[in-house]
Amino acid sequence: MNKNRTYPTYFVFGALLLYVALYMLPSVIGLGYSFTDWSVYSEEIHFVGWKNFATVFSADYNYTRMLTNTLVFTVVTTLAKNVIGLALAVLLTKKVKLLNFHRAVMYLPCVLSALIVGMIFKSVLNPKIGLLNTFLRGIGLKFLASNWLTDSKIAFNSVMAVDIWKGMGYIMTILIAGIMSIPPTYYEAASIDGGGPWQCFRHITLPLLAPTLTVTTVLNVIYGLKVFDTVYSLTNGGPGFATEVMYTGVYKEFGLGRYAVGTTLSTIMTLVMLVAGYFMIRHMVKGDGQEI
Amino acid sequence: MKRRKMLSALGVNLLAWLLSLILLAPLLLILLNSFKTGKAAAAMNLALPSSLEWSNYALVIEKGKLGTAFLNSLLYSASSVLLCTLLCTMASYVLSRNRRRLHGFLYLFLVLGIAIPINYIPLMKVMQTLKLMNTRIGIVLLYTATQIPFNIFLIHSFVGKISPEIDEAAVIDGASPAGLFFRIVMPLLKPVLVTVMVLTFLNTWNEFVMPLYFLGSTDKWPMTLAVYNFFGMYFKDWNLVCADIVLTSAPVVIIYLLGQKYIVSGMTAGAVKG
Repeated sequence: MNKNRTYPTYFVFGALLLYVALYMLPSVIGLGYSFTDWSVYSEEIHFVGWKNFATVFSADYNYTRMLTNTLVFTVVTTLAKNVIGLALAVLLTKKVKLLNFHRAVMYLPCVLSALIVGMIFKSVLNPKIGLLNTFLRGIGLKFLASNWLTDSKIAFNSVMAVDIWKGMGYIMTILIAGIMSIPPTYYEAASIDGGGPWQCFRHITLPLLAPTLTVTTVLNVIYGLKVFDTVYSLTNGGPGFATEVMYTGVYKEFGLGRYAVGTTLSTIMTLVMLVAGYFMIRHMVKGDGQEI
Repeated sequence: MKRRKMLSALGVNLLAWLLSLILLAPLLLILLNSFKTGKAAAAMNLALPSSLEWSNYALVIEKGKLGTAFLNSLLYSASSVLLCTLLCTMASYVLSRNRRRLHGFLYLFLVLGIAIPINYIPLMKVMQTLKLMNTRIGIVLLYTATQIPFNIFLIHSFVGKISPEIDEAAVIDGASPAGLFFRIVMPLLKPVLVTVMVLTFLNTWNEFVMPLYFLGSTDKWPMTLAVYNFFGMYFKDWNLVCADIVLTSAPVVIIYLLGQKYIVSGMTAGAVKG
């Protein structure tokens, strides 16, 4: 059987064409535009060297805030989602009644649009009538009631908390699948040797879940660096620049018509993630038998 | 000993319920308030509505122009599902079966998109050049393009599980490449194709960043953007906003409940190697 005739390469062309034109090409020409003064007002485009990069990395501008916010967001949500997701996964692989109901509920926020989740939490976190403050006042913790989304000191924490609320079920679902793939004989052997629940977790579950946890960490890091939806719908970067991340920054530059600076921000992110992504993708496709 | 076991079982169940309630409370809040009068909804609490105000829904559909938005969302989601599933299946099939060096490289290149972010501003330039700015077809092509990497990754590993001997038998029986693919292989891929279709539909329905950048005219907006716009205008009428949120989320929640098995298998694929 002639492989090239039976499996013609032109079957790949449709997907490849769209992917190259609308996904890869913008990144490539974006690299070029990062060195120009392209804006909505410019009739012709000039080469300006590293000027845009200098603007982005200059200490006196709000870009440093975006950069640190994005990094903080990535680290905090990755850690929190992994820890909470792991705890949930361990809990929901025990003998719990209505197990599937609980699992379904935990995953539910993941299928809602981030825009919708943002609107829901604008209500829940409303300082006067929001569910959270009403609840805190009701149980006598009035001093904890805050302006969750408008106080610039805590707004970013609120945004991260909402994102963790939305995303922890996803991590839990992956980890449940990981825990279920651990052969039960390991736990039986441990219990014969007198191992308690903590020892089982520490010496069986955790080490055998390590590959899965690596994948969830990488997925979370990629998601965190790219985050836009949740931040946009909750605070749109405000108050001031308190919750600004890289991609809300890109959108603002787009709105202001400063295309070159916005493109530069994107290019920086693309280069960072190209390096990180390459290793992750290699890891993901390794077991696939593909020669690369 | 027995008593301790019972106590710990009780504790585990209580904890699960407590956590589920934390997840459900905000969603319940929206559902309950969507049926209240404007005055009752202004308090935004979990009290049951005294009467069911179905008129909220009628009002929202009319004022928020949800009819058009619903049809837009349906059009974008359905078209992306069809186009993306077809193109990705064809590509993954050949990339999995034909393993020359070129195909290995193409596969890695295509799935690399899982990690790489979209560069929106130069994309606008590309869209302008291709005359796709502010067009429905442009948005559908964008949604298709952005979901190619993950879908190819999903289907590719599934094709590998189907024995190539089936192909050989079909070729000996005189099947053409297209006939082999559409009549023999594609039906065998049904489980993973359902997963791909469900995930693509949900992702497209929920997405709003592409229209934000590339759809200027409101009559082409999908439901997510329409509801956000409505929220900006009627943010004091929480009953209406809640009804709008319920209407926008209902399709995804229904699909989630029906297709949970497929969503979970897609989400966990690749992350867990059993």
